[in-house]
Amino acid sequence: MKLTIFVNSKKYEFEEIDPNMRLVDLLRDKLGITSVKIGCENGTCGVCTVLVDGVPVRSCITPVSKVNGKKILTVEGLGTPENPHPLQKFFIEYDAVQCGFCTPAMILYGYYIVKKNPDVTKEEIKKMISPVLCRCTGYIPIIEAIKAYADFVKRRREK
Amino acid sequence: MSIGIQMEKTEMLTIVGKPVKRIDAYEKVTGLARYVRDLRFQNMLYGFVFRSTEPHAKIKKLDVKEAKKVPGVYAVVTADDIPGENIVPIILNDRPLLAKDKVRYIGEAIALIAAETKEIAKIAASKIKVEYEPLPAIFDALEAMKEDAPKIHDSGNIFTHYKIRKGDVEKAFKEADLIIENVYQTNYQEHVYIEPQGALAVPEGDGITVYSSTQCPYYVQKAVANVLGLPRSKVRIIVTTVGGGFGGKEDVPSWVSAEAAVLAWVTKRPVLLEYDREEDMETSSKRHPGYVKYKSAFKKDGTLIGIKVEYVIDAGAYSTLSPPVIFRGTIHAPGPYKIPNVWVDGYAVATNKVPTGAFRGFGSPQVIFAYEQQIDEAAYKLGLDPAEIRLKNALDLGDETATGQILRYSVGVKETIRKAIEVSDWYRKRKEYSLMEGTKRRGIGMSTIIYGVGLGAAGKILERSGATVQITTDGSVIVLVGTSEMGQGMRTVLAQIAAEALGVTIDKIYLPEVDTLAVPDSGPTVASRATVMSGNAIIDAAEKIKENLLKVASEELNVPPERLDIKDNVIFDTDNPNVKVEFDKIVEIAYAKGVKLAAVGWYHAPDTTFNEQGLGDAYYVYSYATHVAEVEVDLETGKVNVIDYYAVHDSGKIINPVTAEGQVQGGVAQGIGYALLEDLVVENGKIMNPNLTDYLIPSIKDVPNIKVYFVEAEYPEGPFGAKGLGEPCLMPVAAAIANAIRHATGVRIKKLPMTAEKVFFALKEHGVRG
Repeated sequence: MKLTIFVNSKKYEFEEIDPNMRLVDLLRDKLGITSVKIGCENGTCGVCTVLVDGVPVRSCITPVSKVNGKKILTVEGLGTPENPHPLQKFFIEYDAVQCGFCTPAMILYGYYIVKKNPDVTKEEIKKMISPVLCRCTGYIPIIEAIKAYADFVKRRREK
Repeated sequence: MSIGIQMEKTEMLTIVGKPVKRIDAYEKVTGLARYVRDLRFQNMLYGFVFRSTEPHAKIKKLDVKEAKKVPGVYAVVTADDIPGENIVPIILNDRPLLAKDKVRYIGEAIALIAAETKEIAKIAASKIKVEYEPLPAIFDALEAMKEDAPKIHDSGNIFTHYKIRKGDVEKAFKEADLIIENVYQTNYQEHVYIEPQGALAVPEGDGITVYSSTQCPYYVQKAVANVLGLPRSKVRIIVTTVGGGFGGKEDVPSWVSAEAAVLAWVTKRPVLLEYDREEDMETSSKRHPGYVKYKSAFKKDGTLIGIKVEYVIDAGAYSTLSPPVIFRGTIHAPGPYKIPNVWVDGYAVATNKVPTGAFRGFGSPQVIFAYEQQIDEAAYKLGLDPAEIRLKNALDLGDETATGQILRYSVGVKETIRKAIEVSDWYRKRKEYSLMEGTKRRGIGMSTIIYGVGLGAAGKILERSGATVQITTDGSVIVLVGTSEMGQGMRTVLAQIAAEALGVTIDKIYLPEVDTLAVPDSGPTVASRATVMSGNAIIDAAEKIKENLLKVASEELNVPPERLDIKDNVIFDTDNPNVKVEFDKIVEIAYAKGVKLAAVGWYHAPDTTFNEQGLGDAYYVYSYATHVAEVEVDLETGKVNVIDYYAVHDSGKIINPVTAEGQVQGGVAQGIGYALLEDLVVENGKIMNPNLTDYLIPSIKDVPNIKVYFVEAEYPEGPFGAKGLGEPCLMPVAAAIANAIRHATGVRIKKLPMTAEKVFFALKEHGVRG
């Protein structure tokens, strides 16, 4: 099939692509976006999460045919290495990163959660990020980092 | 004071002990971190491993002809094609890289394939034909120990036996007022590092470079050199960003990397070998299932006077790391208590199942699950408080351990118990929860552990580490070490130590991943040893360089070098701090004068011993911890929720309180998984749930708010007083939860994991209802 997608605000067109190709393979192998990880291959661990039109999607179980014409966001598009997004800075600040393998997915979830509702509580954050597994941190600093970002967004909104 | 020597001048430290931000966090939040499967090379091929479907069989015939014909296939390698020796050297060297005449477990590697894509390699694998002659297989470690059991190896089924014999245990049982004897059983635990195993091998000239996701680059170097028949000098291992280890990347990367290396060597092309989750779970080493028969003798007042322990671990088909695992398990079987009469037998036994290996705790969580329930039960039987009975028996400075070692410094175990009592509001909750009625019951339980830091007497030949430090011409500092980062925060902690030792700010330190070209063999990144070993090696190198710098500064400032010091990038006269010069300026002058500003540092750990009777100074120092778990048990379903958790650790001086806290919280979460959820099902040698849908690890919903505290009994030999922390975080968890369940329900669960189903039936059996 012919495919057009927008990844991190950049347009990509493919003249001929296998519609069953996994989105994760397209992102990693064709576009070199390696922050999108493969952890379980069956949609359980969540580390392949990207935002498709703003909504978390597991790219390891999503065929590219499902994302034609859509906007995809990964951490590379959230901030630049020179100027990281505030949420990325909060992950550093709160030590929400250990091995880092789940980190991009956790950050994208955090971005989605706070965008949806900056008044989100810690309990709600807990529920909403449960689709992503982390084996290092015990999750606690990840919740803290997302909550701190939510508070930051609220403060910014109130100004 | 019971916690030993306090280090001098702790208050003078500027970077050590401070919540410095993780130096590898930036690359990990921005997507710049490169894990092995993120790397690509020109002309790169993909590897795939063809594996045994039989638990124990002779290979009558192996036919790879058709597989070789598949277009896009560049190599199909069998045991006969291995350039060097067909052995993955670990300890007993019984594990072939590829099975030749015999397979000993389902999933054992038989052939390797390199192809243009992984899909093509898999097609080729489907064309390999094997003719097996099944042999009697054995799946139970206790069965395997019997005289008439089928032999898995010619040398028999017991890989290793360690023992401790001290005092007269039979006399202790005669003199006891209370004897408690139980059998405890624990299941496998799979590491589930979120990044599965992988390696990328690149032939270069007459040598090879392997990019490996490993905790043990020098193990990998040894294995790759061995299978290729190369000197180790020509095998370069570069550690990539590692997506979690927990012991799972201790032995396994040796064969994953060797597999990739053989394919690369044969094809003369770079080869990426990446295991998928299922393959990883089916074939990687796991925590050993444990069988513990534990008999304890107590006096009426709670004094523990003797123990007799039989501890058997299921090692699977090859010994890999089981010998040191059962060493640690044997030494740790008595726990953090003074016990005059000790009899311990520890056995690592072969079965026709996937080999088991290193996992955080390394043979100790299984025995801790036993001994911490034994002492807890004694408290109930003797009418004592479980915390008090622990305090009564816990080791103190000057006491003798079960192996007869006199503890001369840094013994904070009682402090951890006292602190845990205080922060958890122990006595009030013990009382209140005991009075609860209804279908949901709460309980609070404690668990206390001792942990020998480093490799101990069984691994002392590896107990050295190096570091290379150089100050570049602009004053920035390169620090290279031989131990690796896997998320535990080692790079940050070691950068802090380097900065503190040199008197510079942390932003000047560049401390990347390991490259075996840069640092002499520093042993493995295991056994909570990196901070002490690499930390001391860094200090050794830094001091040599600092001496040279101060000499140059002395000439510039006209102040004798012994009066000079460096802090925050300024070299100054300690008698008159206004007489000073910038660090960078002195570096510039030193280079212009030809003064050496690079050094290799080295650290060799204090000696350890262990004799035939199991007596000696088994480890050079010990860390301690006490955990308190609060649970709520639903009597109708058996479901256990951990509602609150307190972890108190003595790991000596904490170099970075924030990363240390995170490491403890993560270890506790992993321990909660071990205690309540993680249930690998193995039937006739086949793993039935090798995926994350059916093998459950804790999600955020399973983890309570884990509160972490440190009591710092500083270790005079450690860098700035530090000991080790990584493994102790997980070790006490399962027992603390089991003891909390006992408190909540009156029922003791002696089998892991304590799933809702298991607890439900145990409650039913004891007639416990709401």
